[in-house]
Amino acid sequence: MKFRAIPQPAAGILTLALLIALAASLSSQAPQAPSLTLLSKEGRRALPLTITGDQELVALDDLAGPFQVTVREDALGAITVTYKGKTIVLTPDQALASVSGRLVSLPAPPSRSGRRWLVPVEFISRALALIYDARLDLRKASNLLVVGDVRVPRVTVRLDPLGTAARLTIDATPRAGSTVTQDGDHLTIRFDADALDAPNPPLVLPPPQGIVQAVRLVDATTMAVDLGPRFAGFRTTSQPVDTTQRLVIDLVAQAPTETAAPAPAQTPAPPPPPAEPPLVFGQNASAIHTIAIDAGHGGDDEGVKSADGAKEKDFALAVARRTKAVIEARLGLRVLLTRDDDRNVPLDERTAIANNNKADLFVSLHANGSMRPTTSGASILCAAFDKEAAQAAAVGGAERLPTFGGGSRDIELVPWDLAQTRHLDRSERFAELVQQQFRDRVPLSSRAIDRAPLRVLESANMPAVLIELGYLTNAEQAKLLASDAFQTAAVQAIYEAIVRFRDAFAPGGTP
Amino acid sequence: MTPRTFLAAFVLLLAAIVVGTILWLRAPRFTSQATPRAAAAPAPVAPAPPGRKIKARLFYVAEDGTKLAGIERDIAYGEGATEQAREIVAAQIAPVVEPLVSAVPRGTALRAVFLTRGGEAYVDLSREVVAAHPGGTLNELLTVYTIVNALTVNLPAVTSVQLLVDGKEIDTLAGHVDLRQPLAKNLGWVQ
Repeated sequence: MKFRAIPQPAAGILTLALLIALAASLSSQAPQAPSLTLLSKEGRRALPLTITGDQELVALDDLAGPFQVTVREDALGAITVTYKGKTIVLTPDQALASVSGRLVSLPAPPSRSGRRWLVPVEFISRALALIYDARLDLRKASNLLVVGDVRVPRVTVRLDPLGTAARLTIDATPRAGSTVTQDGDHLTIRFDADALDAPNPPLVLPPPQGIVQAVRLVDATTMAVDLGPRFAGFRTTSQPVDTTQRLVIDLVAQAPTETAAPAPAQTPAPPPPPAEPPLVFGQNASAIHTIAIDAGHGGDDEGVKSADGAKEKDFALAVARRTKAVIEARLGLRVLLTRDDDRNVPLDERTAIANNNKADLFVSLHANGSMRPTTSGASILCAAFDKEAAQAAAVGGAERLPTFGGGSRDIELVPWDLAQTRHLDRSERFAELVQQQFRDRVPLSSRAIDRAPLRVLESANMPAVLIELGYLTNAEQAKLLASDAFQTAAVQAIYEAIVRFRDAFAPGGTP
Repeated sequence: MTPRTFLAAFVLLLAAIVVGTILWLRAPRFTSQATPRAAAAPAPVAPAPPGRKIKARLFYVAEDGTKLAGIERDIAYGEGATEQAREIVAAQIAPVVEPLVSAVPRGTALRAVFLTRGGEAYVDLSREVVAAHPGGTLNELLTVYTIVNALTVNLPAVTSVQLLVDGKEIDTLAGHVDLRQPLAKNLGWVQ
């Protein structure tokens, strides 16, 4: 790669400054014009992106400068991209590229925008990377392109309870070593890397906390854990898991009696301060580990279609993918998509994916349709059951079944189609949180929250909602739903509702 | 016409009037149990066929599109509950003209209606109710509750309704509403 040479000491300072700036900007997730952040030893720069449907496109002209490639269009319409004598040939209307004579597929063909040619962003990793001298690591989820041997691990942070204590799990992928030290009221984690691919903050915590008050990025390669008054000590272990280096920090809490102020032996120990409920966050954090996101319809089931041909199935999938990326990157939770491509998944299979993976929350994403072209606004629906079904589920029944090694135990049996009856209260609470987060971001319907006998929710054995994000049958709403700004706002609102839901409920218990 | 023929015709006409009057007095009234509401705007529907009529409350998509509006209409009288149920559904799914908007896809035909002693009605519709359905959770809910409410509101003997398509049970019309069992009246979807 040929970036302009800079004197050695200046280059070092400049590189450090740029990497710090990178970390700050990488982690601020404010909605902006879409761009791809290019990161190399020489620093950082932004490549503008164009969003078409769920496809991110980059202009070949914008690649010419940073990658020293030349772009030429011949009389027959073919586009040739040349780098050091090696060529990539693209043909309009064909989702293929010939890379030094080898054919590779692209998710979409090149498209013209004025005098510029746009190609899918995957062109960089699938075609350009094959002829380029340095490594090109495209990370679509974080809109990052790592050039050359720059070590930028993707870092996710999770907090789980351990009895009265808590455990921080920090995954760095690809593997990056780290050291942990205590500096007064915070732990400092220094990664052996050039920069971190992590949001800032890497973990969102609701105040106030007992052991951990905040997790934040300090600089390009350092993270800090702000400790709460209940913190008593910590222990770390680090081990590789596939391509990930997992750092586990076990945080020990002070016993309640240890926190009590000195008092005469005869008087009882004062209760803990009411402003700080003990380990509320730690307990709540454990309630959600896995989230199932269901992109409605798919395959030959296209769902609603707008007047200009936009399909509900495509919209739902695009939003589902964005939601998954945001939750995984910011919360470090496991997110399952019931479909990640254009195929028809039976309704029972969608719920089964969530149930079998013990998902803690099920969110089905849709766009609505109305016979009246002016109907507009988002709504959140929970399952509804008739009285008899609800009573049957409530009565339920436990069956005594034999266990391995002798003995027996009572197993609670819940009919598949009535599984949701046990979670309706929490489903409605989550629906309210989504509604609250949608205000001022996503236009709401006059019936913002509703109940209906929805097939995909009834069998979900966890809190579950179906979100209709707007009406494709309304021309104005169809345009809005297709826009990047709307989808970003909707995903952000859903993400924040999940954070609040996680923080609001105690673990495991079934209301 | 001879005097004898004239006399016979007169007797037949008189008998028809007497029988008709007795039937009218003894027949049940198929009218809405709920308070009738005015339509959002008076609008023409397909004219009812000539013959005896009853009042029934039919449902169409309300002005704001999010609910149904109940409208009182004259529909054909049916002998017995099953026949009356058939007349109600037939009137409900008949094409309408603006400003009325039906939540039942155009082209949907009624194949059969069955009633059970338990108060369940099974309404067998043609495949167009699925094939021509425009999709969307709201659309589907309004389609389903148009028919469920049309029967449960107008026929007290019917407490729940299950939709069939081409004689078979179906999971959903368009991927949302569970139709695997009869659904009870739900006026929450009515203005």
